[in-house]
Amino acid sequence: MLRNPAILFALVLVPLALASLMVGAAGLGTSALAADGWLVLTVSRLPRTLAVILTGAALSVAGVVMQQLVRNRFVEPGTTGTAEGAALGLLLVNASFPGAPIWSQMLAASVAALASTWLFLRLVRRLPVREVLLVPLVGMILAGILQAVVTFIGWETDLLQFVSVWLMSGEFSGVISGRYELLWVAGGAAALAFVAADRFAILGLGTDRATSLGLKPEAVMRLGLVVVAVVTAMVVATVGMVPFVGLVVPNITQRLMGDNLRRTLPATALGGAALVLACDLIGRLVRYPYELPVGSVLGVIGACLFLWLLWRRPAPSTPAVRRHG
Amino acid sequence: MADAALSFAPAPADTPRARSVAGRRALWLMAAALLVVSGLWLFQGLGRGWAFILELRAEKLAGMLIIGAAVSVATVLFQTVSRNRILTPQIMGFDALYMLGQVLMISGLGIAGYAAVPVGAKFLGETVVMTAAALALFGTLLTRAGSGDVARMILTGVILGVLFRSLGGLVQRAMDPNDFAMVQAASFASFSRIDGALLIWAAPIALLAMGAAWRLSARLDVLALGRDPAVSLGLAHDRVMVAALSLTAVLVAVSTALVGPVAFLGLITAGLGRALAGTARHARLLPAAALTGAVLVVGGQLLFERFLGLAGTLSVVIEFAGGLVFLWLLLKGRVR
Repeated sequence: MLRNPAILFALVLVPLALASLMVGAAGLGTSALAADGWLVLTVSRLPRTLAVILTGAALSVAGVVMQQLVRNRFVEPGTTGTAEGAALGLLLVNASFPGAPIWSQMLAASVAALASTWLFLRLVRRLPVREVLLVPLVGMILAGILQAVVTFIGWETDLLQFVSVWLMSGEFSGVISGRYELLWVAGGAAALAFVAADRFAILGLGTDRATSLGLKPEAVMRLGLVVVAVVTAMVVATVGMVPFVGLVVPNITQRLMGDNLRRTLPATALGGAALVLACDLIGRLVRYPYELPVGSVLGVIGACLFLWLLWRRPAPSTPAVRRHG
Repeated sequence: MADAALSFAPAPADTPRARSVAGRRALWLMAAALLVVSGLWLFQGLGRGWAFILELRAEKLAGMLIIGAAVSVATVLFQTVSRNRILTPQIMGFDALYMLGQVLMISGLGIAGYAAVPVGAKFLGETVVMTAAALALFGTLLTRAGSGDVARMILTGVILGVLFRSLGGLVQRAMDPNDFAMVQAASFASFSRIDGALLIWAAPIALLAMGAAWRLSARLDVLALGRDPAVSLGLAHDRVMVAALSLTAVLVAVSTALVGPVAFLGLITAGLGRALAGTARHARLLPAAALTGAVLVVGGQLLFERFLGLAGTLSVVIEFAGGLVFLWLLLKGRVR
């Protein structure tokens, strides 16, 4: 079973999903009318469970793509300014055109996420390749700067509550049928990464080697950027920021399975879904029937996992070039 | 001991006499600038009811002076201990630790219990706990990481900050709304809202801590050379390091309690202070940084509150500018 972690993650995911369908303030079937139970299940529980699974899977895949683009194991869309960029785009649209149609908000978030990711890539290119840990540091500072801009605009336009409640802490409690479907777009973008998995794996070897293997690095780069930006923008717009998933899950699957992305991506997606679902369940159960936001739960658990990864691994030499396990 | 350390400390080779004189002149200029902005702050646009206005402004001015100086001195101390010019204690999660302590205390005591504890006792207790925690955490981190792997140490600090903030966020979510309002008021940095009751306690503590740092300055010069040279020069390295870290924690506690978290202010002021002082000697570096910090905070608040009409946003702008400076330093390769 451990030979293929994908199966393991799937075996963890199924009971978690069942539990997620069962847990909530309203009981299913026992006391309430059967029709009510059905309503709760289809309008609230099932969409929520799907939303969590989609978010976790898409974010962890986006994390893998980001790590291949930057050739660094310690980055993810949440620590490179991508999520903050998406938040900035959303805020700008909401501040200047209140009640703008949803598609324009999505577009603005995606474009802004794309721009901030591109900026990050430009900045990082100026760093020496050997300094592996400087890359995430630059990303976090960039994220901090963008967040300062977001806070400033939020303050000036009286949208600070929108910023802190809606954008900054990811939360699934608002998800009902009809209010999460954008996450399917994120799922679709992540699926795109599956199709191009081999190309991303080759890109992770570096542009020179990728070119000599007959790949057009710029095209793959562009595809990767779009995947990362769209996934992040959709997640931020629908549920808010969900930190650390894209960082810890790919690192763990890589540790278990190596770098063959076509093999590892399913496991990564399943693992991400399982992690976010577990954290969401924790958030729902700790103060039952009240809820804690999954963003904060992940902030704690993800930070601990990240610290473990950071101090356990001997200083990584050349990332992404490892034997397949 | 202090004298011995001073006499053994090698004269820094990169500070010729001319630069030292220029540094001294810059220090006086800075002091004059501080007088000017403070005067402007106090007397600009005084109308009727000036006695009341003056009293209000004087209290705010005192708070801003303390904060500007405390943040800068704390940053210089921390940079000396970590032997790194781009770190601030706040980047490493010191203020998040303080906020977490405060959140835990409010949720533990409840709002009535929290309000019943006298301000001074509360502040002293928080500071002591924060200092102990910071020593345990960052002391081990600094000694374990050694000097080789700076980036990993910084990253660890940043992640620890995220961890503390998330923990605080979790506790906040589980709170009574009244308690939450209290926490929220404390967790957003603003220079225009300084608590007078707290200031009476915070100001003497900050002044004492800064005085102690200044008295340590000769030993800090030796500490900055690194562990082995410092030990061979007869410095009780670990003891001085613990002292400097504790002073940092106290000063961060003061500034966080007064205005809330400010991550990058110290980076700017310590950097400017270094450039101004023209020397690595703490006896001059610490006052230079403190003066710069005070001028920047008072001048910035003057500009934003009186002339731009943006009273609450100086802290955000400082974060923004400080972040840019930090990024620039990183990319220029000053870290390594």
